[in-house]
Amino acid sequence: MKFKTQKIAYWFFLSALGLLALQIIYGFFMGFAHMGMDGLHDFIPFNTARAVHTNLLVFWLLLGFMGSAYYIIPEESQNELYSPKLAYIQLISFLAVGVTAIIAYHFNWWEGRKFLEIPRPLDYLVVVNVLAFLFNILMTLFKGKKQTTTALVLAMGLLFSALLYLPGMIWFDSQTLDSFYRWYVVHLWVEGVWELIMGGILAFLLIKITGVDREVIEKWLYVIVGLTFISGILGTGHHYYYIGAPSYWLWIGGIFSALEPLAFLAMALFALNMYRKGEKKHPNKAALNWTLGAAITSFVGAGLLGAAHTLPNVNLYTHGTLVTAMHAHMAFWGAYAMIVLAIIAYAMPNLTGRKLYDNNLSRYAFWLSNVGMLGMTVAFGVAGVAQVYMERILGVDFMETQKEIEPHFLVLILCATGFTIGITLYIINFLKFGKPTDEALVAE
Amino acid sequence: MLTKSQAKLFFLAGTIIFSVLFLGLSYDTQMNHVANQPYEKTITPAVIAGKHLWEGNNCMGCHTIFGEGAYYAPELTKVIERRGEGYVKGLLMSPTPWGEHTSGRKMVAYGFSEEDAQYLVEYFKWIGTVDLNGFPAKPKYKIEKNN
Repeated sequence: MKFKTQKIAYWFFLSALGLLALQIIYGFFMGFAHMGMDGLHDFIPFNTARAVHTNLLVFWLLLGFMGSAYYIIPEESQNELYSPKLAYIQLISFLAVGVTAIIAYHFNWWEGRKFLEIPRPLDYLVVVNVLAFLFNILMTLFKGKKQTTTALVLAMGLLFSALLYLPGMIWFDSQTLDSFYRWYVVHLWVEGVWELIMGGILAFLLIKITGVDREVIEKWLYVIVGLTFISGILGTGHHYYYIGAPSYWLWIGGIFSALEPLAFLAMALFALNMYRKGEKKHPNKAALNWTLGAAITSFVGAGLLGAAHTLPNVNLYTHGTLVTAMHAHMAFWGAYAMIVLAIIAYAMPNLTGRKLYDNNLSRYAFWLSNVGMLGMTVAFGVAGVAQVYMERILGVDFMETQKEIEPHFLVLILCATGFTIGITLYIINFLKFGKPTDEALVAE
Repeated sequence: MLTKSQAKLFFLAGTIIFSVLFLGLSYDTQMNHVANQPYEKTITPAVIAGKHLWEGNNCMGCHTIFGEGAYYAPELTKVIERRGEGYVKGLLMSPTPWGEHTSGRKMVAYGFSEEDAQYLVEYFKWIGTVDLNGFPAKPKYKIEKNN
């Protein structure tokens, strides 16, 4: 590392991985429940497990993004972090809010709107927390020697994420409008501004790992984030097909979501080309694997699998089935989880001075988790497609259908076990690095 | 060949144009379309109370409404039409969990008061009146189970 305050990133990464582990545990509860083994019902009913699983995903990814920003922004702007103290306060308070919300879900205290389940009073604390984070990052950036495109894109993604949280806090009597503006947060986060964050982190990693000229990488970064917004903003329309919004959303949503994979395709081609072009062979193989892996898997998971059920006449049958779970798992994994794991894999050797990146542990972590997730996606896909044909086309009752597709959840659990072993190895490798130290400081 | 400043212009122009378009369409959806639907004028205090109960108990954590939610329990957009008011109300007021005597899925026994159960029924009835562009689609076939 080049600046002492980059060490703060470590605590964010550690917390993020802890929450990821917890997210996986709740995922297993849900998998077993889907298999007909709902033994925890009295303590953790499905809606609790589900809210915990998805909210932990959001929490740990946000912690990962924040940690990435605390690592990247000082290095890019060539400046120590504006206030390390504020960063620690912000981490502790963010964790406190997150953990309170998770506990609250076990006591039927929530705002039951998909992905935005955090009880309202805690929403305000999230806003304050994110403002503190943004203040710290933006002060560092603008007091720094340079404002690089990579840093600006990353900061812009974080700023817009904070702004877009607000429409989700408005109450509507009409379920249609409630749903309409809820997607302002959810869709415009994951298929909009989070892609800026992903793009920013990806560009930073490619600059460091491939040694390709910054100007070239940042030029393509603009093109990619441009494509993201051109397709993704109106692509929100694919959530407006069947919620009571006007029918023009069917074709607007259809056309623009068909274009959405382009941004991800561009991202994958960009990463692979930069890698080929790069003359520098960076020794950190783990970071390289995760970086290229993120670019490719996000294209498959978010791009292709999203497009597979986004056309209105397909979505009429797949909307609200396990087909969505198929797409969601690989999309979040490829686009966001993997990019966070990539930056952690890149940052840890620099923060600690230990070179644990070309070892078996990190190789198995990468392959087991990826093969596991691929298998899970296939299991969800088979279950989802079977559900669509039985329930939506043949008219079999919902619960009868679910009974028939239970075996696919056994496959899901087996693949999830492989995935979990991979993640466990990743976390063991992470812990073996130890804590960051000033001895790892290097001059420019 | 594309320069970095052209790429930046592409990004900024694309973002601004499509954001403005999206905001315009959102305005049109809310003000000119949704606001003019006859069912928007039938959102009674009971429907709103039902919506509060729906959200306050995270029903979406298992069920779907308008196809949105979790995929663990049935889609409820047309639940009153499908199961009738009495069944739904009875289930909501039941002190024992649905599926209690099976090893499989269960629903939390909410044991709602009659008043609250009625609010939720009113909410479901209202939901059933919304024009959803053909969702949920009627199944193409009707098949029977062999015993």
